[in-house]
Parts: sequence; C-alpha cells; structure tokens
Amino acid sequence: MSSPMIKSKHTFWPLIKLIPIRTNFRMMRFAVPLAVISLILSIGSIGVTALPFTPPCGGLNCGVDFRGGTVIELSTAPREADLGVIRQTLGGMGLGDVQVQQFGDPTDALVRFETPEGVNPTQELEVVKSALTKALGPTNFTKQEVVGPKVSGELFSRGLLALVLGIGMMMAYIWFRFGLTFGLGAAAALMHDVVLTFGLFAITKMEFTLTTVAAILTIIGYSVNDTVVILDRVRENLRKYKKMPMNELLDLSINETFSRTIMTGVTGLMALTGLAVFGGEALFGFSIAMIFGIIVGTYSSFFIAAPILMWVGVRRNEDEEAAQNVVLGSASRP
Amino acid sequence: MMQMSRWKIIAVIAAVIFSFLFALPNVLPASVREDLPGFIPKKVLNLGLDLQGGSYLLLEVETDALQKERVENLGEDVVRVLQEEGIQKGEITLEADGVIVPITNQAQVAQAFNVLNRQLPTPTRSGTLDMNITRMSDQRIRLRFTDTALREIASGAVDQSIEIIRRRVDELGTREPSINREGSNRIVVQAAGESDPEKLKEIIGQTAKLTFQMVNTNQDEFALAMSGEIPPGSELLPNVDGGGMTLVRRRVEVSGEMLTRAQQGSNPETGEIVVEFSLNGAGAQRFGAVTSANIGKPFAIILDGKVISAPVINSAITGGSGYISGNFDVRGANELAILLRAGALPAPLTVEEQRTVGAELGADAVEAGQISIVIAFVSVLVFMVLSYGLLFGGISVIALLVNGLMIVAAMSMTQATLTLPGIAGLILTLAVAVDANVLIYERMRDEMRSGRTPLAAADAGFGRAMVTIFDANITTLGAALIMFGLGAGPVKGFAWTLLIGVFTSVFTAVLITQVLLALWFRTRRPKTLPIV
Repeated sequence: MSSPMIKSKHTFWPLIKLIPIRTNFRMMRFAVPLAVISLILSIGSIGVTALPFTPPCGGLNCGVDFRGGTVIELSTAPREADLGVIRQTLGGMGLGDVQVQQFGDPTDALVRFETPEGVNPTQELEVVKSALTKALGPTNFTKQEVVGPKVSGELFSRGLLALVLGIGMMMAYIWFRFGLTFGLGAAAALMHDVVLTFGLFAITKMEFTLTTVAAILTIIGYSVNDTVVILDRVRENLRKYKKMPMNELLDLSINETFSRTIMTGVTGLMALTGLAVFGGEALFGFSIAMIFGIIVGTYSSFFIAAPILMWVGVRRNEDEEAAQNVVLGSASRP
Repeated sequence: MMQMSRWKIIAVIAAVIFSFLFALPNVLPASVREDLPGFIPKKVLNLGLDLQGGSYLLLEVETDALQKERVENLGEDVVRVLQEEGIQKGEITLEADGVIVPITNQAQVAQAFNVLNRQLPTPTRSGTLDMNITRMSDQRIRLRFTDTALREIASGAVDQSIEIIRRRVDELGTREPSINREGSNRIVVQAAGESDPEKLKEIIGQTAKLTFQMVNTNQDEFALAMSGEIPPGSELLPNVDGGGMTLVRRRVEVSGEMLTRAQQGSNPETGEIVVEFSLNGAGAQRFGAVTSANIGKPFAIILDGKVISAPVINSAITGGSGYISGNFDVRGANELAILLRAGALPAPLTVEEQRTVGAELGADAVEAGQISIVIAFVSVLVFMVLSYGLLFGGISVIALLVNGLMIVAAMSMTQATLTLPGIAGLILTLAVAVDANVLIYERMRDEMRSGRTPLAAADAGFGRAMVTIFDANITTLGAALIMFGLGAGPVKGFAWTLLIGVFTSVFTAVLITQVLLALWFRTRRPKTLPIV
C-alpha cells in the first residue's frame, strides 16, 4: 500500500521499488503440478547420483579428496600446453585412470591419475613431473595434490558423516521449533534441496570435493532458514485469520514475506555470481553449488514446505498452543 | 527497542574501535607495523597455504613396523637371557605382540620362567609392567607386550618423530614450518611460502637409521645367500651404488645414536666428498675395538637397510672420528649430515597426503578473492540503497562495513587460517548478513501498513524480526560447527569464517542498525518511515 506520506521530506532518495511492496501471487494453484515435477526430479537425481553403482562415488565425479590419487596443475606459459604430448607421456607410465584437461588458460593443464598399488604415490609424483618436464620443456607445476587411499577413505566417511549430521541437526531443530506437522514440510524441502544438488553435480560432472560438501552444508542452512521465515509467518497468520482457507492463507503468508525472500536471495545471488565469474577455477564449483542452492532453496520453501501443510492438514487450535510456547520461550523479546 | 540505553551505545562504539585497531595492521606496510608502540596489535590475517603457497604433508608413523622391531628385539633378549643361564631352548616363534619360546628340557621350564620374569619386564610410564609372561600347557613360555606398553611405544614414537622432524626441518632453514600431531599416529607438516616440497619430503621421509656392520666375506655363504639360503647371523642388503647385494653380519657394531657430530667434508687425499662424523665415548671405544680386530676386512656402512659403502679397514681407528664415503655430491653429503645430526626416526614414515600450492597461484587466488569481495560488497550496497533508500539502505551498508571490519579483526586476533573457501564464506556472510536488515525493515513496513506510528512500527519491527534472525543464524551456526568438527584443512577455514560471521552479523545488523536508527529518530522525530 503506498500512502501519500511517501513524499515526506525524509525521503532523501527516489526509492526504486524493485519488488512491488505487496504482491499477490497465487502460488498454491501450481502446487500440485510442481510437486509432481519436483518428485520426478528428485528421483532422477537420486538415480544419476547412485548409478553406476561404483563405490565410493557412483555417478558423482569425485575429486582426489574422496577417491585418492594425484592431481597436478601445470603451466607451460607462454607456450600453449600440449595436451596430446601430456597424454602420450603419461600413457606409457603404467598409471591408472589418467585424465588430462585444459584448465583456465590454454597454457595451463590439469592432470589427474592414480598410482598403481604398491608404488609410493609421492615418489611417483616426482617421476611423473620429471617425465613431463622432459616432454614439454620448462614447466611450472603450480599445484600438486596427492591423497593416499587411507586418507581419502577417511575424508569420504567424514564428509558423509558431516552431511548426515547436518541434515539430522536441522531436522531436530525444525522439529523442536515447529513440532511434527510443520517440521514435515521443512524436512521435505530440505531433503529436496540436498538431493537436487547431488543431481546437479552428477549430471554436470563437476568435481565433487570436500569444498562441495561445505557448500551443501551451507545450502542446508540457507534453505532451512528460508523455510523457517515463511512457516513462521504461516503460523502467525493461522492465529490471525482463523477462518481463512488454508491455500489462501499459505498464499498470503508467502506474499507477505515475498519481498524479504527475494531481497535476501538476490543479494546472495549477486555476490555469488561475482565469485563464480572472478573467483577462479578453484571456487567455481563452490559458487555454482551455492547459487543453485539458493534458487532451489527458495523454490522449495514456496512449493514444498508450504503446500505440505495444506495436504497434511494443520489442526489450528493445537498449533496455536505450540506457537505460544515458542514465543514465550524465545529470549530475544525485549 | 528504540530508546538508546547507554550500554548499547558503549558496546557499539567499543566494538567499532577495537575492530578498527585489530584490523588495522592488515593495511599497514610491514615496516610501519614493526614501529608501532607495543599496545597496538600487530597480528595480520593468517593466510592458508592455498593463498600464500606452500606445502602440506600428512605423515603416518608406521607403528606396526616399530612393534615388529620390538618383538624381534624381545626374541633376541630371550635368546640372550636363556643362553646366559645355560637353558636349552627350541626355535622361537614371533607373534604380532610377543614371542613364544619352547624349553627343551622339562626340568628347566620353571627356572626359565623365573629368569625371564626377573630380567625382562620393565615398568611402563603408567606403572604396570610392559609384558605378561605365561607358561603354556606344554613346555612353552609365552611373552606378550601389554596393550598399555604397545600404546606407549607407538605414542612415544610419534612424539620422538615430531621432535626429529622439527630438528631436521629447522636445519633445512625452512621458514616457520608448523609440525603438529594429528590423531594417534599422524603428523602434519606445513611449510609456507616458496619452500621446496621435494626437499622437505626427502628430508622428512628418510628414517636415517645408520649402522656399521661387518661384511660376511665368506664366498660360499654369499653364493648360498644369493640363491635364497641366507646363513643365520647374516643378512643380505642391497647396495646404494652399482646395484648388487652385500652379505653383512647381523650384529650392529656401531649405530647412529652414537654420533655426536656429522658434517659434509672432503677426503684430504683424494678430494672425494664425504660425510665426516665423530662418535661419543662408548661409540669411539667400540669403533676402536672393532677396527683394530678387523684390519684388512671390509666394513659396511648401512643407511636405512641399504649399503652406502663397504670400505676396507686399513688401520685401527681409535680417535672416535671417521668419514663415510660413497659417491656423494655436496648436496647429498649435506643432506645425509643433516639427517645424521638430527637422529634417526624411531619408525618409518609414509606420506599419506601431500598438497603443494605454488606461491604464484596463491597470489592469484588472493587477487580473485579481493575482486570478488569488492564486487559482492558493491552489488549489495547498490541493491540495498535502491531498495530501502539512502537512509535505511545506508544504515544497513554501514552495518555491513562494520561487519566486514569485525570479521577481519576477529580473524587477525585469533590467527585463524583464512583459506580460499574461507573467502567464499566471507562473501556469503556479507551477502546474507543483510538478511537481518531486510527482515527488520520488512517487518517495519508491515507494522506501518497496519497503522502504527513510526516509532511503534520500528519497535515492533525489531522485536518481531529478532525471532527470525535468531532462527537464521542458529541454522548457519549449526552447519558451521559440524564443518568445523569434521572438516579438514580448507573446509575448517570456511567453517571458522562462517562461525565468526554469524556472531558479527547478528551484532552489527541488530545493534548497529538499532543505534543508528535510534539516533535518527531522536534527531528527526520522523512522522513516517522512508521505506514505506
């Protein structure tokens, strides 16, 4: 509602309303078809992540962190890196699973390989480096990583544990904060976001590393936060409008919090886009995962967390009690 | 909410001043930093290896090998003790944690049991004996190390390894390497800057166990050994140079622990590069006795199970000093000298993980991070001002600036490592920090719309938004704590930045915004809010 007071002398700046102050999207009309699409995408994501059943990573393109092996980044600047020569050199050395690709500039290349069992990988690294220098001429090895099988196994299980703990903790928090019915919606939205992010990494074959796990954990935090803001408003409105049909009430709550959702999402997206474009190769996967997470997290708050309340059904009186308990328990009231 | 209590203003001003002080050294050149008076903090951000370049090595102490060695020694001790007492025994069986010895004569079993019990067990640090000796049903006696003893052996080996690695790395002159224990049997070595990881690895990875043993010159036995039948009391070892094998006596005449000095030098007669050494008293005595008794015979110098050289003894060496020859170049001789000075590792080390980042790549990453931070900041700034106007948008931007300042200050103060993912965490924190402002402002809009006065709306806006802000940050806090607990290296850096960011964001978005808005209310007494 824009009042005449908006022209008050305290407005120093022509306020550009990027988003209309009061929106009136009827989101719940699309809830059913979108839920079907989400379900299909989720199942598909689980499929591409799990298949083929090759331990430990399945359809994900695991980096050396989780799979073990050696990665070398090299630069032959100012000459172009001759990938053919690199492949040829490594091909004759009895290494497993050799991958050679251009990395950033055409002068730079990324080499990944596995050392056969029984050979000391850190010594093999030196052998490979001298062979490459011989074949390519002066070469600058900018980055080298060797992860032994023992360590990669541990990193894998620790990463997995972190994810499970992260999801479990969020579920516990949601349950504590909202009780069972609301918690169900938030939990479903959370799972949806995690599963789809896995699917994204499986399809694009972006490298899945420790940093990606960190990104997913952060996505979980963001997604839950986003859901909580909307569900909070739903609960408030349930108390305010006792007779309003559930679908209208959900639409109202989403629209009331819409400008906040978009504002926060957009600032996050802008910052992360900057990171994806200028942050270099090392942070590209991380930024993409986060950007994807913000979009999916926002979507799932609208179309998964909220409509589940409509479908499961909320007993309004009971909920009111629960809500009051939380408000009383909150120490942040002045 | 909107009345300014004194403590709030004091808290805000103090936080800003302290943050400024702690963040300041980061923008001062090193020379200015050094000249600052003592009370001003001098610590700068502690960049991770991925940002400044350097090497990370995760080493595992092979405690199994050590345990095996202990068991072998125990076997030798048993043989010695029984021999001294004149007790007949059968062949000793080595097990993973002890040995079994059969006694030939039944009448001597009890005597053997008593003698072994009297002579071999020694107390562990926790006071219990380090082995259990039991009589088995037949004439066999079993000696087993206790779990406590095995644990102490392993743990002592790791501590000793760390000490020795530190000595070796210090001698190498690497700049401030950090060497830390990780878990029960691992060691992390981190060396920043343009250090040479190969050299580091070479110098760390070698056990450097030096022994002097007599060569078994019996040609028949050598031939037998080459065909696979190694005569008892001898061992077949590979030569470092020229290939081939040398058959040496198992008995160690002089070992590396007896060295007091080692340095690169040259043979005065031939000019050949050698490693000179001096022995301690006991070592000099042994060396003198062995050399005088074996003139004309070859004497093998063995490093980590490989024969470096086997010179023929020309005369008795009684002075306790000598040199090791073996086709060294200056660098090789120097390295061996360093290794010998620092002492041998108690157990072999294996490199389980190695990460090396060139300094150039690190500098590129820092630059990319800086550009990204500036872009993130400017885009948030523009967006907030466009959406909420110069006043409210500006206030949130000031809060954001202070937030960034506080994070830098906290990171510098705690010397937490800033990694590349940490920079990403910083950017994310800055972007999401405005969420608190957005929540507050949107609530104020709502409250204005439902007909409240500006002051009441602002009050209610803050109050109601608090619950949601609390939610938002508790979820991030949880995720960060899990990452911190389980993550390794760079992820820990990310988690730490996120963790610090949670606290500074809440502080700045809530308190700084509040104080600034309250100031505005007091001076202007507005009739409306410019965000409606």
